[in-house]
Amino acid sequence: MPLLSVNNIEVIYDDVILVLKGLSLSVEEGQIVAVLGANGAGKTTTLKAISGLLKTEEGEVTDGTIEFDGEKINHLDPELIVRRGIFQVMEGRRVFEDLTAKENLVAAAHTQRCSRGELEKRIEQVYHYFPRLKERENGLAGYLSGGEQQMLVIGRGMMAKPRLMMLDEPSLGLSPLLVGEIFEIIVKLNKDLGTTILLVEQNARMALNIADHGYIMENGKIVLDDTTEKLKNNEDVKRFYLGMTDMGTKRSYRDVKHYKRRKRWLT
Amino acid sequence: MHELLQLIVTGLVIGSVYALVAMGFALIYKSTSIINFAQGEFVLVGGYICWWLYTMLGIPIVWAFLLTMVIAVGMGMLLERLVLRPMIGEPIISVIMITIALATVLKSLVTILWGTQIKVFTPAIFSQKAIHFGTVLVSEVYLWTFGFAFLFLGVFAAFFKFTRVGISMRAVANDQQVAQSMGISVKRVFAISWSIGALVSAVGGLLVGNINGINITLSDFGLKVFPAVILGGLDSIGGAIIGGLTIGILENIMGSYLDVYLGGGVKEIAPFIVLIIILMVKPYGLFGIKEIERV
Repeated sequence: MPLLSVNNIEVIYDDVILVLKGLSLSVEEGQIVAVLGANGAGKTTTLKAISGLLKTEEGEVTDGTIEFDGEKINHLDPELIVRRGIFQVMEGRRVFEDLTAKENLVAAAHTQRCSRGELEKRIEQVYHYFPRLKERENGLAGYLSGGEQQMLVIGRGMMAKPRLMMLDEPSLGLSPLLVGEIFEIIVKLNKDLGTTILLVEQNARMALNIADHGYIMENGKIVLDDTTEKLKNNEDVKRFYLGMTDMGTKRSYRDVKHYKRRKRWLT
Repeated sequence: MHELLQLIVTGLVIGSVYALVAMGFALIYKSTSIINFAQGEFVLVGGYICWWLYTMLGIPIVWAFLLTMVIAVGMGMLLERLVLRPMIGEPIISVIMITIALATVLKSLVTILWGTQIKVFTPAIFSQKAIHFGTVLVSEVYLWTFGFAFLFLGVFAAFFKFTRVGISMRAVANDQQVAQSMGISVKRVFAISWSIGALVSAVGGLLVGNINGINITLSDFGLKVFPAVILGGLDSIGGAIIGGLTIGILENIMGSYLDVYLGGGVKEIAPFIVLIIILMVKPYGLFGIKEIERV
């Protein structure tokens, strides 16, 4: 039985805008699963549907079910979903700017009924993975660099000890070196702590390199799904997501038309 | 010089109570974005309840004090649950109207229950005996008031800084959606904010009530809080405290020096003249948060 299974969900914003049109995906315990897709495909909406945050922004799951650990969770409030062990690290490094880095971590452990000692231990664990946060622990989070903020939001996720961590574009706006560093840590979290990871990314190459399984979304639907090995060798994925042509040469403008045609066919 | 010092000290005492009530106001605004026009009525209710428990029912002052605090917390929670929570997501003007209505209802309730006569805590809790600090004279009741106000300010400052609940409240004030994504219940934080807001106001009410006695005009305190919080910056709790102290001192000094020329009443309007000046010169106040910009 998969840890998370999303069955044929439909999401409507503001009672009229249909964003997800019958989307299904499943995540096995211990896996890293990547969801790829263009802007506006509905990746973030999918994560918000799972974490329940959709309810905070006029969105609604109108059809289908979301099951976590065998139980239906799509009607629950976000705080109850966090308590069950799903933690969404939101897109765009949304740190609490007016709190210090350490206070950000403390706030993230809100659902954990743990002692002061245990809390400190978890903070130390986060610092072990992100030593740079320790140096800045008493600085306001709003003044951290972009990379440090991304580390902080992932660290916040670790504080809640989730079974499933959902990461929404952790590479957004970071230098390639930092992206490499962040992705290494994501793999470490998965291997060392056994945290299952659902990763939404634009950086398809990076995501496919660390994930076990990948889904490709377009227009609110999954159009392709397979193991990452197979996806990496899929001609369409290579062409549209990894930017490679058959010969490894750059594409000419003539191909753009072709690209559009192919893409339409793909959906 | 000696007179000025005296004015500053007594201004500081009243200012510390303004600071306390302003902190409650800023807290509610910061975490729920509601401008609470009933803050002064919380002061009024707190003063009357403590007076009633102590003078009418004869409960020892320590218990009357504690009981007042409990009742204030309960009142804050109840009002949040019954009156303000259903208003989440409604237009801001409706929410403001609700708090104004709340103010009127509370004020009328107090009048119905206890009339409009001045009530005095009897027997007096703190003596009016003056104590000398060098050339400055301060009566004992002023010292107690100042002490208690600062005790509460200190306790709540520590609460927001060090406790997990306090940190989660600041997290909600900073970004509600992210706070929810980590399992913080925004509704609970709203309820706590209203209870603390009611609690500190009630304490303010019973402290001032001890100095001058209480009647219905105690709710004007709520109005004085506006200059204080706007001076400090609406969403800054530290700013509210400093704003409260400053307004207390300013009104005292302006009142006593300008009354001679203007024929009295300056003390009452001084804070509002300051309010207008702040809004013209520094609309975000001294400590109002502007978004952090990284460079």
